[in-house]
Amino acid sequence: MGRRVLVTGLSTFWGGRLAQALEKDPDVDVIVGLDTREPRVELERTEYVRADQSYSILNRIVRATQVDTVLHTFLIVDSTRMSGRALHEINVIGTLNLLAAAGAAGSPVRQVVVKSSTLVYGSSYEDPVWFREEMTRRHSAKTRVERSLLEAESYLHDFAEDNPHVVVTLLRFSNVLGTDIITPTSKALQLPAVPSIFGFDPLMQFVEEDDVVRCLEFVMREQVPGIYNVAGDGRLPWSEVAAICNKRLWPLPPVLTRFAAEPLNRLGIELPPEMLDLLRYGRGVDNRRLKRAGFQYGYTSAGAVDSFAQASRLRRTVGDSRPAYQYERDVENFFRRSPAVVKNE
Amino acid sequence: MASEERVTAEARGALVHLPRQADAEPLPDPRQSDVDEWGRSEHTRQLARRLYEPLYKSWFRVEWEGLEKVPTDGGALLVANHAGAIPSDAPVIMHGIEQELQRPVYGLADNIFRAAPVVGTLWARAGGVAAHPENAYRLLREQQQLVLVFPEGTKGPGKLYSERYQLRRFGRGGFVEIAMRAGVPVIPIAVMGAEESMPIVYKNNFLARTFGLPYVPLTANMLLLGPLGLIGYFPAKFKLRVLDPVHFDVPPDQERYSRSRIMDEAEAIRVRLQDNLYDMLRQRRSVWFG
Repeated sequence: MGRRVLVTGLSTFWGGRLAQALEKDPDVDVIVGLDTREPRVELERTEYVRADQSYSILNRIVRATQVDTVLHTFLIVDSTRMSGRALHEINVIGTLNLLAAAGAAGSPVRQVVVKSSTLVYGSSYEDPVWFREEMTRRHSAKTRVERSLLEAESYLHDFAEDNPHVVVTLLRFSNVLGTDIITPTSKALQLPAVPSIFGFDPLMQFVEEDDVVRCLEFVMREQVPGIYNVAGDGRLPWSEVAAICNKRLWPLPPVLTRFAAEPLNRLGIELPPEMLDLLRYGRGVDNRRLKRAGFQYGYTSAGAVDSFAQASRLRRTVGDSRPAYQYERDVENFFRRSPAVVKNE
Repeated sequence: MASEERVTAEARGALVHLPRQADAEPLPDPRQSDVDEWGRSEHTRQLARRLYEPLYKSWFRVEWEGLEKVPTDGGALLVANHAGAIPSDAPVIMHGIEQELQRPVYGLADNIFRAAPVVGTLWARAGGVAAHPENAYRLLREQQQLVLVFPEGTKGPGKLYSERYQLRRFGRGGFVEIAMRAGVPVIPIAVMGAEESMPIVYKNNFLARTFGLPYVPLTANMLLLGPLGLIGYFPAKFKLRVLDPVHFDVPPDQERYSRSRIMDEAEAIRVRLQDNLYDMLRQRRSVWFG
């Protein structure tokens, strides 16, 4: 019997990407995608449910669809995209409700995968060069996104303790770069001059977007429990990242950096506090535990930067080549349900 | 390296259903600079060596004794006394060993360095690493490198000229614990000359507190040379003596090591360094000519 999978945040980059990947997997029977907004990528057989992450709805969806796997990709790590309150609702309350539904009595769920971020380690001058999964940060989190991720993770720890029969996987992804994804980092690297902080040239680590999707599929397929850092091999200085993208640096003053970044925020060049910390001290995470579990990366950190640089060079010449996708409920329903549609298996 | 291979082999054996890949080709890694994971750049190191060579050869006229006790391969933790307002012992040891033994030395420094603009970056490019137990372990155990540490921390360079060659407390013996965990020997190095190259005559606690610095010194160099005294060292004669390596016959990678054993070993190393310093001072006829 194939797997029945619930993907949260279907309209987000990761939800859409992951659902597309799962559709190609013959071992996956049912894919249910949850979001409040319509999916933004074309999907063949994923069932889209427009629902928010309130407990009662999630509980009914889990029971009704009898999903055995929950892929929780809907954790916001880019704090520039919404207010702190909305972010808290999604990351903390959403995760709380989802896990409560997955852990309810008689729940069919046997695996939960959560896509968190290496933001939980923070970025400070007291950090080791490489964080291992069992290490915790020295200082408590100051930014909202970091706090919310830590809270979401702590709910997952409780869930894992209360539900020993469920395979629980927590993945902490490093900064993602790649051909399509838009993050504060990718936006910064597309500016005419790349913001940096004077006197600092931090060592950065990246993971390529394809590796992110492959990793999520991998832990689902192989059912590997535990906490894993996901990041490409090696670290490279921010100046070199800019050089690979063929950009110059634009140094911000090392003191009162946040004030200096404020006018840029007004101009739409958003540098959230966690990004300013990163531009000062960088961050490195040890990726060897996931490799030992059998995962093979497709890109190193520098490789991910290069992949991004190549894609943006292409975009600069030919523009965004992929046509924009518009979800049409009736059309999707027609294709999925109408007896007139011939399904060639 | 060897342990890494063993682990992947284990993982392969454990997950039998995984197709056994023909040993994975290394991924393309389009790097443009030579900055390694520690922030060290061999280019910067070369430049630093070229600039430092005259200072090392002609100014400090560094003389080593027992350099053959520093191993030419395998990890080792070098431990030395620390002195001078802006300590010159770290670059002298790093430069000397790199020139003589052709081996890189990673110098551990207070992580406050990383918070300083420009200085922190330059320090990292020149082979400095933040003193975090995790960093030291990785360098020593997994990469079998030479690591230099000053167990006195900032208390060594922050002492007045009147207290010269009086070793401070050796922290909490953390360096012994790391060497035990990493399974490497500790090699003590007694340094004579750094104290006189930039002696502190006065310290201002108020300024230090205000700026969050370990100490704000007034040095004899500043009195004589003004602002130039910040970089102008006195030409004290440097003599370094490498002492016999200390091997701890304890298994590496333990969760914990006996606290009392650690303190005993740390204290023994401190006493030996102190005795050797006194011995070297007894033989020294002149601060400037040795």
